[in-house]
Amino acid sequence: MSDLLLPPEQRYAKMMKDLHNEDGSELSILNLGPTHPATHGIFQNILLMDGERILEAEPTIGYIHRAFEKIAENRPFYQITPLTDRMNYCSSPINNMGWWMTLEKLLGVEVPKRAQYLRVIVMELARITDHLICNSILGVDTGAYTGFLYVFQFREKVYEIYEEICGARLTTNMGRIGGFERDWTPKAFELLNTFLEEFPVAWKEFENLFERNRIFIDRTVNVGAISAQRAMEYGFTGPNLRAAGVDYDVRVAHPYSSYEDFDFIVPVGKSGDTYDRFCVRNAEVWESISIIKQALAKMPEGPYHADVPDYYLPPKEDVYTTMESLIYHFKIVMGEVPVPVAEVYHSVEGGNGELGFYLVTDGSRTPYRLHFRRPCFIYYQAYPEMIKGALLSDAIVILSSMNVIAGELDA
Amino acid sequence: MALENTDIQNQLTEKFGESVSNFQQEGDLFAFEMTADSNTAVLLFLKNSEELRFHFLTSMFTIHYPDAATDRQFAIVYLLHNWYENKRIKIKAFVNGKTPEIKTVANIFPCANWMERESYDFYGVDFKGHPQLKRILNMDEMISFPMRKEFPMEDSGRTDKDDRFFGRTTINL
Repeated sequence: MSDLLLPPEQRYAKMMKDLHNEDGSELSILNLGPTHPATHGIFQNILLMDGERILEAEPTIGYIHRAFEKIAENRPFYQITPLTDRMNYCSSPINNMGWWMTLEKLLGVEVPKRAQYLRVIVMELARITDHLICNSILGVDTGAYTGFLYVFQFREKVYEIYEEICGARLTTNMGRIGGFERDWTPKAFELLNTFLEEFPVAWKEFENLFERNRIFIDRTVNVGAISAQRAMEYGFTGPNLRAAGVDYDVRVAHPYSSYEDFDFIVPVGKSGDTYDRFCVRNAEVWESISIIKQALAKMPEGPYHADVPDYYLPPKEDVYTTMESLIYHFKIVMGEVPVPVAEVYHSVEGGNGELGFYLVTDGSRTPYRLHFRRPCFIYYQAYPEMIKGALLSDAIVILSSMNVIAGELDA
Repeated sequence: MALENTDIQNQLTEKFGESVSNFQQEGDLFAFEMTADSNTAVLLFLKNSEELRFHFLTSMFTIHYPDAATDRQFAIVYLLHNWYENKRIKIKAFVNGKTPEIKTVANIFPCANWMERESYDFYGVDFKGHPQLKRILNMDEMISFPMRKEFPMEDSGRTDKDDRFFGRTTINL
């Protein structure tokens, strides 16, 4: 039997017996997590330490596994959206939109231009909040609390926009097949414009606090570096991969929701270390702001949802007054909608990488199989390799710079 | 020049003959099947071939078909992506429902390590040669494979909630 199958503490006990330091000091086992305040989520890593240095690490995951793939096999399509919210809860609108787009690909629904642009805006807002949290928490982990407090209020501002669009804040359950559940109110655009005026000022200030900060640079440069080759082998996507110098972005490679209409660059780093990951996220926030401004400027007129009565819930007034609408309402809520037998894969650029949905349908009301390609789950397996030889305090910084979200990791 | 489906098909059939079959375009994915015992050879060829260059394993997962013939009850699905030509393909390998086993690809694509552990955890597929094939999301003491279709999602003894009235059964068929 391979040693790797043993519980880590037994495996380490063997190594501790075999490895002796010349000065007589001993190796030790440290249990980092599962609920350590510095790990921002339920992550357990059992470490073999030589003093402050990490020799071996073994992550244990699954503490908040909620069997989303199993639940999804037993729920009609509309009831699966709330599950996607709870994966990467820092950017749930991206997950929602990705799920709708998967369904639209399956059902062949053509989404109006205006709805596509509104989706782009909300997805970029979600990306901003995702990167904002990741980068400001990285600051907190290196001892800089101020930046976090500066920018965190802007997440609140974005949540107010979400609230105006769909009524919810964190787990948004936003949208429908074919578009949005209601048109955006003037208030939503007003809040958005205020955000676009105020946020860049604060974000510039945030950047200035960190980018040339001696302490921050000392803590992050050459910490947790990964080569482009290794990153691709480990299935990295998103900012973590781009920090290593590979310009793969789903928005560019397979444009969805009219991303081809917008002009933006894909920022890349060089060394793939913690500092580069920080800088790539910073730069992406600027690109997101620019995309939102372009979308607002070019916003076409038209309906906010596709005309697909088979899948799009009718207006509530009509449900109470007309027979047709009542029938459609009932059929959609109960999942009695026509569904082709097919397999589709759709992916979107999530906050931390390529978020994919592989949907298999057999014509019944529920998916036959729904597989989520969760970017965190795939790249977190590189973590032991990245922290090997690093200091314990670096391990914390590397973890937060990788933007691993427990909800997505465990699904 | 873009990578055409026919190029992929010709090169694979030339090299592997009967082991690869059922080539078709499914929506935006080019899909085909391979036999379970040729999985490492096919994937290694797709990864290292100068022309094909499918160097990135996007995802790998299992689908359970309990009603199919015994030797086709589990499908191991590989989604590969060629970033140079921006081309995605999907490969299915069917394995036996009684003792599902297939060779590991974790040595070809290191990211497959946890994906295979996930498939083992939820479907009980034995990946031969995997360095650390143990449960990943569920607890080690668990004895069943919960994503198999026969595993009920909810406790059948529950009386406080009757799903019949909502058009659902505990086992989704």
